[in-house]
Amino acid sequence: MAKVKGDILIDIEKCKGCELCIDACPQGSLEKSRKVNNKGYLFIVKIEDNCTGCTNCALVCPEGAITVYRKVDKEKKQVAKITNVTSDITVTVNE
Amino acid sequence: MNEKNMIDEERHYSQVIEEESVCTAENIVYEKPSVLLDTPMHYCPGCGHGVAHRLIAEVIEELGIQNETIGVAPVGCSVFAYNYLDIDMTEAAHGRASAVATGIKRVFPDKYVFSYQGDGDLAAIGTGETIHTCNRGENILVVFINNGIYGMTGGQMAPTTLPGMKSTTSPFGRDTQTMGAPIKMTELIANLPGTYYVTRQAVNTPVNVRKAKKAIMNGFKYQTLKKGLSFVEIVSNCPSNWKMTPRDANKWMEDNMFPFYPLGDIKTPNKEN
Amino acid sequence: MKELRLMKGNEALAEAAIRCGCDAYFGYPITPQSEVLEYLSNEAEKRTGMVVLQAESEVASINMVYGAAGTGKKVMTSSSSPGMSLMQEGISYIACAELPCLLVNVMRGGPGLGTIQPSQGDYFQTVKGGGHGDYKLIVLAPSTVQELVDFVDESFKLAFKYKNPVMILSDGALGQMMEKVELPEQKERENIEYDWATTGKPKNKDRRVITSLHIEPDKMEEINIHLQKKYKTIEENELRYEKIMCDDADYIITAFGLVARIATKAAEMAREKGIKVGVIRPITLFPFPTKVISEAANNIQGILDVEMNAGQMVEDVKIAVAGKVPVEFYGRMGGVVPTPDEILEALEKKLVGELA
Repeated sequence: MAKVKGDILIDIEKCKGCELCIDACPQGSLEKSRKVNNKGYLFIVKIEDNCTGCTNCALVCPEGAITVYRKVDKEKKQVAKITNVTSDITVTVNE
Repeated sequence: MNEKNMIDEERHYSQVIEEESVCTAENIVYEKPSVLLDTPMHYCPGCGHGVAHRLIAEVIEELGIQNETIGVAPVGCSVFAYNYLDIDMTEAAHGRASAVATGIKRVFPDKYVFSYQGDGDLAAIGTGETIHTCNRGENILVVFINNGIYGMTGGQMAPTTLPGMKSTTSPFGRDTQTMGAPIKMTELIANLPGTYYVTRQAVNTPVNVRKAKKAIMNGFKYQTLKKGLSFVEIVSNCPSNWKMTPRDANKWMEDNMFPFYPLGDIKTPNKEN
Repeated sequence: MKELRLMKGNEALAEAAIRCGCDAYFGYPITPQSEVLEYLSNEAEKRTGMVVLQAESEVASINMVYGAAGTGKKVMTSSSSPGMSLMQEGISYIACAELPCLLVNVMRGGPGLGTIQPSQGDYFQTVKGGGHGDYKLIVLAPSTVQELVDFVDESFKLAFKYKNPVMILSDGALGQMMEKVELPEQKERENIEYDWATTGKPKNKDRRVITSLHIEPDKMEEINIHLQKKYKTIEENELRYEKIMCDDADYIITAFGLVARIATKAAEMAREKGIKVGVIRPITLFPFPTKVISEAANNIQGILDVEMNAGQMVEDVKIAVAGKVPVEFYGRMGGVVPTPDEILEALEKKLVGELA
């Protein structure tokens, strides 16, 4: 049960379907849609509800089309805090 | 106003926002910087220019120097950079960006000035300007996008095209006997005493993107020291003219470009000064 | 306080640049104009804080001018003919982007590397475009060292008034000769913020973009129409010329710059022989005194155009005259300066003798 809940919003009109975010996503949450946007690109959609809000997809997105959200459940007691040294992400693990 | 209305539903109509959605303003951990305008970019899908533009925008925003920054973008794919960055910009003639940036910096030594140049611009037609601007130690940042090909004109050979690499003007692969070997401009200018910080980065993975941002951040910050020029090469891709998908292009870049153009700092203030 | 001094043309020009509060000079050495860069290197920074930079080429210097001019500063460069050829691309960009700046061409004989002696061979290059596309420079042609000095401040005023590059078309003789000049008072360097200048996006205002790139043909045509309108306004308002002894003249010599002085001497000599000759000297080559020459042609027998080239301005004189009277040409090339005797002889042979 993930205590850190993340989500993304993709500006599908900006998305050109380059798929680089698919490679960047460690959760395998992203896939190409079967629909096209107004420019005719098959845009990217989130298909899994397992996003951690790590921001990797947004970092590699050439279009600046992805906004990343993350919510940490603060009501539960925190038992450990891990800070990823290669990034500014703080992953908080709850009970 | 409920949380649902805070999201621009029209832009995200395909995504169902549930009641317990985390997509609310207070949960944003990453969004496009406001210095990067909403204008859709003309770059091809997967092109590294977009990320590089965004990193520059992020740095300008984080340093709070939007009103003190002047950018110069010359001819090449990035000639329209001024359409995407919400800062004062000058569009330069092919190869002349560093001379134009010199002119601006000399009359406004306390402003932040950067040029954003491609390989044809910086390492072919503008080699003279590049070398002399570096040699004079102008206190500017030069961002050099190296994808080993001419993008805007349709895939001709660049000074940085790899040996054997095909382009429309080296259709049988670059023959170094007749076409010369690729120029490692970044190593070349690192030898000049006028350069203060010289580094080579990439924007293909999240880790590299973070590193590249740090390098660009340094390039802006070092301008206040007035100790010389900062030079950030970004090894990038050109899926369209390499005739690959963006994913394949990035793979090809890792396998072929990175061994020839190794990533990392070439000259840092700590090591050299 | 105004000051009288005996000065070399190039140095007087440089001194005038410092005194008019010029902010920056970017240049490259080339004979016969190197004294401008030398004089400024020695004097400018310590006196007014003016930026003086020796670039690695004329190509670089004109682009430095482009960048600095875009910030709304008073910026200039100077060169001589071969160097000016290298600058043409940059000048075209500056003209299209509508930036004010001062260019000085101390002309020397060409084509090619040519000679370091004076010439007027760059009239076409300067007045008819030089670089690519439809654009015009405002061109001032001084004939004395005093005018070289006076035109510096004048040029900056015109450049900023019309957001257009202004060219002072000097030559190797004018640049090298010494004359008495009255120097203007030292002006303070200004710090004006123009709304078009790229100095960093002001808070709550739109960003400024300086560009000559307009991919959409309709937009590019719009820019062209705007430029042509501006050039029309310049033609209407900024014409400068000098008429010497023209009131009773039977013949007129047209000449610009230094040659106009020699022509005036020839006209005086002609009058001693009983031939009534006047001189029309265009001071601005763009705008050109077409109407003035056209009207003058109504009351005379013929025109002799004299230049230090193979016949360039003469084409504009012919357009102005439109066949009303014969237009003859006398020119020396490759760095040779015509003498008054030669001009008088040419006038007698080509016009007076023929028409008698």
